[in-house]
Amino acid sequence: MVIHWFKYSAPTNFYRLAGKLIPWFAIPSAILFVVGLYIGFFVAPTDAVQSEAYRIIFIHVPASILSMFIYMVMAFYAALGLVFNTRLSSMMASALAPTGALFAFLALWTGALWGKPMWGAYWVWDARLTSELILLFLYLGFIALQASIDDPRRADRAGALLAIVGSVNVPIIYFSVKWWNTLHQGSTIKFTGSSMHIAMQEAMFITLAACWMYVVAVSLVRVRSIILERESKTQWVSELPEVKS
Amino acid sequence: MKRLSLLGLLGLVIRRDLLLAMRRRSDVLTTLVFFVMVVSLFPLGVGPEPEMLRKMAPGVVWVAALLASMLSLARMFSADYLDGTLEQMLLAPQSFSVLVLGKIIGHWLLSGLPLVLIAPVLGVQFDMSGDALMVLLIGLLLGTPVLSMIGAIGAALTLGLRGGGVLVSLLVLPLCIPVLIFGTAAVDAVTAGMDYTTNLALLGAFMLFALTFTPLVTAQALKISME
Amino acid sequence: MLEVLNLACSRGEHPLFTGLSFALKASELMQVQGSNGSGKTTLLRTLCGFLQQDDGEIRWDGQNVRQAKEEYLSAMFYLGHHNAIKDELSALENFSISAGLAGYQVDEKTALSALRRMGLRGRERLPVKVLSQGQRRRVALARLLVEEARLWILDEPLTALDVGAVSLMEELIGEQLSKGGSVIFTTHQPLAVAGVETQRLPLS
Repeated sequence: MVIHWFKYSAPTNFYRLAGKLIPWFAIPSAILFVVGLYIGFFVAPTDAVQSEAYRIIFIHVPASILSMFIYMVMAFYAALGLVFNTRLSSMMASALAPTGALFAFLALWTGALWGKPMWGAYWVWDARLTSELILLFLYLGFIALQASIDDPRRADRAGALLAIVGSVNVPIIYFSVKWWNTLHQGSTIKFTGSSMHIAMQEAMFITLAACWMYVVAVSLVRVRSIILERESKTQWVSELPEVKS
Repeated sequence: MKRLSLLGLLGLVIRRDLLLAMRRRSDVLTTLVFFVMVVSLFPLGVGPEPEMLRKMAPGVVWVAALLASMLSLARMFSADYLDGTLEQMLLAPQSFSVLVLGKIIGHWLLSGLPLVLIAPVLGVQFDMSGDALMVLLIGLLLGTPVLSMIGAIGAALTLGLRGGGVLVSLLVLPLCIPVLIFGTAAVDAVTAGMDYTTNLALLGAFMLFALTFTPLVTAQALKISME
Repeated sequence: MLEVLNLACSRGEHPLFTGLSFALKASELMQVQGSNGSGKTTLLRTLCGFLQQDDGEIRWDGQNVRQAKEEYLSAMFYLGHHNAIKDELSALENFSISAGLAGYQVDEKTALSALRRMGLRGRERLPVKVLSQGQRRRVALARLLVEEARLWILDEPLTALDVGAVSLMEELIGEQLSKGGSVIFTTHQPLAVAGVETQRLPLS
């Protein structure tokens, strides 16, 4: 079976493909979440140093890793859209942004919830969390810029440029914040003292996989609605069953 | 008829912006006054205790410099955009990026350089030592161009949009954080008697990096915004 | 010579025209016609390179304008709805700067004579903000006298001009055509050059 990949770069065809793919990601995601959180909350043992509070890492760590990963993927799609003029790539970038922002926010929030029992304060200017905060600002900037521009083509291209500039800056920002943190002898939040128990590792990987699948599923849903919005005046959209009813 | 060289073109753009600013003096002054006011607000907010003020000084001056630079960013291209001059610049046969660089340099001369020049006065308000003032000055001299350059990208992307000023700040401030960190770190280092040159060298590196890439990126951003 | 092959443009997500082809040779005058919103300004702006076309090619002297960008931009002059002049500067200063940006270094004598020919005698050194709309347009058009542009792209050049200025404009276009240059324009007012047949380019 030959898969004609380029066929799917047309929004019309991708719309249908995405619709078929969504359950393949959404359902496993839900299952993995249940399994992962079960292992994380009930099977993994109590940590010697941090007792029950540490369990928040099963959400915090995947959220944190994915927020970074999504930004890079978003910038990649945006760059593709800018260079090759493919609208679908730009739509994909726009679809990823809100989820990325959500994960960044989740990472910050769970970090704060963890911080309280650990350090006695909701917010300590830990290098990683501070970088996460700046990443959230970068996401919000991208979303705000695209929201302020009416012309979809300009919005796509401006957002792409911003995302590319942002992705170049992310390592610089991370490095600077780390430097700043060591200078001021700030606190560093670590997961556990020594190596992690096998169950904890399992739970972490499973929730990470669950989150990743969630991201794919949600982004596909979102890109479908972006496609509908952009192509609302075309014939194929008005003939879709969900639109006709 | 002689053709202008690239350098001549650069000079023309800068001279034009300076000439326009001289005829419309208020813009330059408002940025400066804002800078002075923000810096002066801090002692009023946190109390005049000299030890604390001395510690806060570099951070306060740098943050105020960032905010003051943000204020003037929206103006960088908007006037030229509205009266059609920017379009004509796009049609210039020679490199558009050179003209953009000229605009950025003009902006720095009118918004960044005045801050650098007045910073020592403000530093004295905070009882900063001579060494600290010198490092603050050098840092600002290296860092404010970077603010103008990164800001230019933001101004170019938000050309003609509503909510301009705040949106530009939202986009640009996160990207300026490294400059803030190293600018203040340099002053803290010299106050603590440690090596400050690494921090300043990093600022210099940022400036060179920005100088190489921002005119091109800004030119591209302007083309996107003017379609 | 300007050649347009199979051009397709859209504005936002609305397609404006497709398959547009024409050639504008030396000494030819062409008027782009169409109702409001038919894409006249979009076409002119695409010719300038501000907008990217959806499909098709634009060629200047046989070369694609994207490849031969510098030659094309040196050879063309564009005036749109905006005058591209600064209120705070004088007509003379505006002239020198605009010409400079287009790459021409003009001495004061040449600049003054160009402005005077455009009917601005006695007003060359006043800040442009005290001039009327028509006079400002004349300042913007003064560059035509000095620059050696073989292609003029004019979007409603007669806006705000009085009768005297309109006939001056027609005279200038006539001179341009006789020198071998070409002009493509849109207009809402009648514009005709004596002895020259205006080609029409209708956009449906």
